[in-house]
Amino acid sequence: MAIISKGTWVEIEQIVLNPDQRAPSLPEETQKVPYVLRVSGFLIEDGQLGQDVKIKTIIGRQLSGTLRVVNPSYSHSFGKTIPELLTIGTDWEDK
Amino acid sequence: MTSRDISYDAVMSRKNEIMKSSMQLDYDEFIQSPIAFDYERMMTATGYSMDDIIRIQQETKVGNTPLYELKNLTNAVRRLSPKGKGARIFVKDEAANASGSFKARRASISAFDAQKKGYKGMIAATSGNYGAAVASQAAQRGLKCIIVQELYDSRGVGQPEIIEKARACEAYGAEVIKLTVGPELFYMLLRTLEETGFFNASLYTPFGIRGVESLGYEIAQQSRQLLGKDPDAVIVTHAGGGNVTGTARGLIAANANSTKVIACSVDLTGLHMASDRDFNRKSFTTGHTGFGIPFATWPDRVDVPRNAARSVRYMDEYHLVTQGEVFYITELLTKIEGLERGPAGNISLTAAVSLAREMDDDHVIVVQETEYTGAGKHHNSQLSFARENGIEVRRGDPADDCPGKTIIIPQHLAQVQSKRQDIDHLRRAYLSNAAHRYPVSQWSKADIAFLAQDIKKAPEWVQNNLPI
Repeated sequence: MAIISKGTWVEIEQIVLNPDQRAPSLPEETQKVPYVLRVSGFLIEDGQLGQDVKIKTIIGRQLSGTLRVVNPSYSHSFGKTIPELLTIGTDWEDK
Repeated sequence: MTSRDISYDAVMSRKNEIMKSSMQLDYDEFIQSPIAFDYERMMTATGYSMDDIIRIQQETKVGNTPLYELKNLTNAVRRLSPKGKGARIFVKDEAANASGSFKARRASISAFDAQKKGYKGMIAATSGNYGAAVASQAAQRGLKCIIVQELYDSRGVGQPEIIEKARACEAYGAEVIKLTVGPELFYMLLRTLEETGFFNASLYTPFGIRGVESLGYEIAQQSRQLLGKDPDAVIVTHAGGGNVTGTARGLIAANANSTKVIACSVDLTGLHMASDRDFNRKSFTTGHTGFGIPFATWPDRVDVPRNAARSVRYMDEYHLVTQGEVFYITELLTKIEGLERGPAGNISLTAAVSLAREMDDDHVIVVQETEYTGAGKHHNSQLSFARENGIEVRRGDPADDCPGKTIIIPQHLAQVQSKRQDIDHLRRAYLSNAAHRYPVSQWSKADIAFLAQDIKKAPEWVQNNLPI
C-alpha cells in the first residue's frame, strides 16, 4: 500500500465511545452504533491508510486516530435543480 | 493532554469544575434554589454596558447592519389582504455581519472576554452558524478555536447545510471535531475544554445573550430614524432561545416597550433529535421545534449551569411554519426582492408574511435576521438532498406537510399560513418541568416569583396553574 508522506493534509477517525459506553436513553438506532470522531490535520510521520497515525491540527494540537482520507475536501454543491422552485415569483405564476 | 479518566461517566461527573475554570464565571453566586436564580444580576455581572457591547462589536465587524423595507413582498401580501390590512415588512440584513449571520453578535463578547481573561483559545459545541461566528471572532482576536460539531450519521453522510457550516469554520482557521449523531456532543465539549484549558464559548452564557441585545437595540434606533416610531412587531426565529431573549432585551434597553416580540420555528414534529435515522431527514438544522419546544419549556438543559437564554420570559406570541413554506418564501425573496439569503434565516420572514395580512397597513413588522447562503445552505441544495434521500418534494397545500416524509412547497403565497401556538400550554409544560426538578411542595414565595417572571405571568397565575 502507498506510503503517505509526513506533512500531508489528512483526515483521521477515532471511535470515541463504543455502543456499550454511550449515553443512556438514546433511540435504539443511535445506541447500537459507535460514537465516532473525524478531524483533519498534517501527518506527523509517514503512514498508510487504515493505520494508526498522529496528526497536528490547524491550531497545532496533536491528535491520533486511524488514517482515513488523504487531502480531505469539500464537494457539497447547490444540488440538482429543483424545477418546482423556478417559477416562484415569476410571471409564470400569479404573484 | 490529560491523564485523567475520560470515560463518559467520569468526564460528566467533572462537569461543574470544568465549567467553572473554562469561563471564570461562578454561577453559585446567582443560584437561589434548584429552580430559581438571580437572572438580572447574572446578566449584569458580565460587566458590559450596551455602549461597551456596541464598541466591542464594531472592533470585529459586527453590528450596524442595514434595515431594508421589502416593498415588493409587502405589495404581494397586500394583494391578498382585506382592505386596510397588510403591514409594511422590513428585514434586518444580519448576513452583513462578519461570518454571515447574527451569531457573530453572540460570539463577539465571548471572544473579547476570553482574550481579556488571557485564554489562548475558545471552544463551542454547535452545528449552527454559531461555529463560523466563533471561528471568525476568534481569528480576529488572535485566539485559537475548536468547534465540536455533530456532522454525520453512522454511514458518514452529512446534510449539506451542516457540511457547509463545518467548511466555514475551517475556512476561518478553526479545528473542527466532526462527530456522528448523539447527545454525547456535550461530553466531547467537556473533554476538549479539559484537555486544552480554552474558554467555553457556550451559546447560553450571559456573554452570548448580551451580545444579541445590540440587535434589538439597533432595530429600535433604525426604526425611529426611518419611520419616526418603534416597530409594532419584531419577529424572531426561535431555537435555543438566545435570539428571542437577546433581541427582546435590546428592545427593552431602547425603551421600545410597546413592540411585540413574536417567536417562530419550523415545525419538525415527529422527528427525534438524537436519532441516527432522522438526522438526515430534516432540511433545517436549527430554528425548529426540536430545539424550540424543549428550550422554551425548560431552558436549563444546556452546557452551562444556568441558561441566559429564556425565551418564554420575553415572547408575546409563538408561531410555527413548515419547511416547504420557508423554501417558498426564500425563493420569493430572491426573485422579487433581489436578496439571496439562507433558508434558516428566513423562518421568521415566513411567519411575517402570514402575520402582515392580519395587521393594519400602517403597521410595521421587522424580521430581525437573514443569514448568508451558498453551496450546501442554499434551498435548492437542501431540497435536492431531501429528494435524493427519499423525501417527497412537491408543490401543493402546506397543510399536507409531514416532516421527514414530505416537503410541500406552497402553490401560492396565500397558502403561507403560520400557526399560532398556545403559549399558556408552553408555560404549563415549563411549570411541570420545574416541578420535576424541585417538588412543588418545596417552592418558596421567591421560587414562585422567579417562575412567574420566567414565563411572563403574575405569581397568581403560577399559583392557579400549579402542576399536579
